[in-house]
Amino acid sequence: MSDTTKNTAHETRKVTIKAFRFNAETDYLPYYKTYEMEVGKDELILDLLNRIKWEHDGSFSYRRSCRHGICGACGIKVNGKPVLSCKQNAQELVNLFGDELVFEPQSQKRAIKDMIIDKGDFWEKHAAVKPYVVADVDPHPESETLMSPEQVENFLDADYCIQCGSCHYACPVLDVNEDYIGPAAFAAAYRFSVDPRDEASTERLEITAELGSGVWDCVKCFECAEACPKDVNPIEKITKLHNMQFEQHVAERNVATKHAEGFVRSIKKYGYLDEQDIVLYSEGLGVVKHLSEALKMIKARKVHPFDFKKEKMPRSKNLKEIQKLIEISKTNEL
Amino acid sequence: MSKLKYALYTGCTARESTPELLSSTLAVAEKLGIELVLLDEASCCGASHLQDFDEFLSLVLNARNICYAEKLGLPMVTICNTCQLNTVMTKERLDHDPELKARVNEKLAEVGLEYKGTSTVRHFLYALIDDYGLENISEKVVKPLSHFNIAPFYGCHNIRPSHIHYKHNMPQPDYEVSEGGGEVAYEEEGLMYKYTHENPYVPTSLERLIEALEGKSVEYESKNKCCGFHVDLQAPKTSNALTGTALSDAIDHGADVVVTPCPLCQLNMDLKQESAGKQLGREIEIPVLHMPQMVALALGCTPEQIGLKFNVTKATELYA
Repeated sequence: MSDTTKNTAHETRKVTIKAFRFNAETDYLPYYKTYEMEVGKDELILDLLNRIKWEHDGSFSYRRSCRHGICGACGIKVNGKPVLSCKQNAQELVNLFGDELVFEPQSQKRAIKDMIIDKGDFWEKHAAVKPYVVADVDPHPESETLMSPEQVENFLDADYCIQCGSCHYACPVLDVNEDYIGPAAFAAAYRFSVDPRDEASTERLEITAELGSGVWDCVKCFECAEACPKDVNPIEKITKLHNMQFEQHVAERNVATKHAEGFVRSIKKYGYLDEQDIVLYSEGLGVVKHLSEALKMIKARKVHPFDFKKEKMPRSKNLKEIQKLIEISKTNEL
Repeated sequence: MSKLKYALYTGCTARESTPELLSSTLAVAEKLGIELVLLDEASCCGASHLQDFDEFLSLVLNARNICYAEKLGLPMVTICNTCQLNTVMTKERLDHDPELKARVNEKLAEVGLEYKGTSTVRHFLYALIDDYGLENISEKVVKPLSHFNIAPFYGCHNIRPSHIHYKHNMPQPDYEVSEGGGEVAYEEEGLMYKYTHENPYVPTSLERLIEALEGKSVEYESKNKCCGFHVDLQAPKTSNALTGTALSDAIDHGADVVVTPCPLCQLNMDLKQESAGKQLGREIEIPVLHMPQMVALALGCTPEQIGLKFNVTKATELYA
């Protein structure tokens, strides 16, 4: 372990906190206020939020409730990193970011007062995927519904989600596309769709397959996996939802599904991805919208439009092996 | 220092639309005396899209790629963030799940291969920094980059998710790594440990490399953000917004050039400047280099090797 990680854990550390301050009712613009304090080794970010309010400014506002990492109310960002205040040790962040900690709400554009945001969009998206078991339940069953250990494992810990919003407000797609459902709701969609009691799996898969709002608009940045304080790994569930669309024949042929399937088509032929063909194949006639970029690539000699025999296209050595492996390992069709 | 030797997994892009990535990588290795053995048998990693369609097939193909590095008895290096992530994600799954490993090996056996887990897999960026060493690179600089303000752009798939990358990208233990990738070497540690090699919220490796080449690195918020490449076809608006924002941020903070270790980021950011600019309602024009192109410039490699003529946004004046 390097020297930087050997902190002086038994000591207090002098920390400067820059806190985002804003009151939607009275302020035109947000501003930052600085607080200095000695921070002990066991103090959590929530303790520091409390100390700002109790020792410095009673008007400082933030959400808190359970203090046990389960209610999901106290999520904020510290130096850009989403944290659950009641779970995150403060000195650990000082070790990571230095002795100036910047406290900000999960979403600055949704700020109502200081750390408190309007989470309405989060709950709206969450509700859109039917985040509950859809089933006709006999109110007086003769025996309990048993679930096997394998069935529970198949949740892949998606049931650990506490709806704190850390991943949702770390997702860059939601910043630029307000229709996008987002990682937390996708994780919930997965969790209930693999529940053996549930009967709405197809419906959820259809909702999450929509272009523009569904899983195909995920940019695969892994911000959600990095952000989650409960290790739910939402992008893993997004991948699973993609897979389930094909397994359960919900996937329609469109630019996104053809793009995914087109990789097999290319790899079978060359071992490598045919970068020109994948665009043509996925887009169909829509390919015309890439004309300006295509011309730029031709000009830079990056692509070879008249190489009809694909002589410039590289081929993997032992291509037959790859073809055989595709033949015997492929599990899905479009 | 004993001679460094790696199996190079090029991925598709370096052999197709970004030939300058492959030529500059080979040139840098030659200048530094690093031996790279090309894995010509390897296939596409699936680029995170094959995984969406057929997860098992992607595991089999990625395991096959690693097999060829194992057969050479060499550590594998990658020159594409997405190749790096897909390869180590496969490795993680197989090294931790004996049943899955057996299922994959059952298929590989049909073509006479076996995945063991004996080769490490790292991005070339970290092989340069941690194995070769920044000080040693500094000594080889013949054309210092002191007249450039360089904006580092990390690309998602080499820094996130950190719980996977830290195990693979950090310097490997110098003792014998047993079958299964030497898992014993990495006991579960806290947040700090995961972030000691590269903190995805404050990454520093590219800045340190730029400094070693005597360039000036530009500090800007978007350096660890997503470029949007993976939704280029189905959601070009999202992609343009992310690319445009990152490039504008770099430009507005005084960058002369952007540098990235990922050819998918490079291609996206180099090629889409006009359409991103149109969408954002501003002019965006800045050369975007592959990490090895930047190193090759400082080491005095030939223009042919650096391959700036293949960059879409004019970069040839960087030779001067």
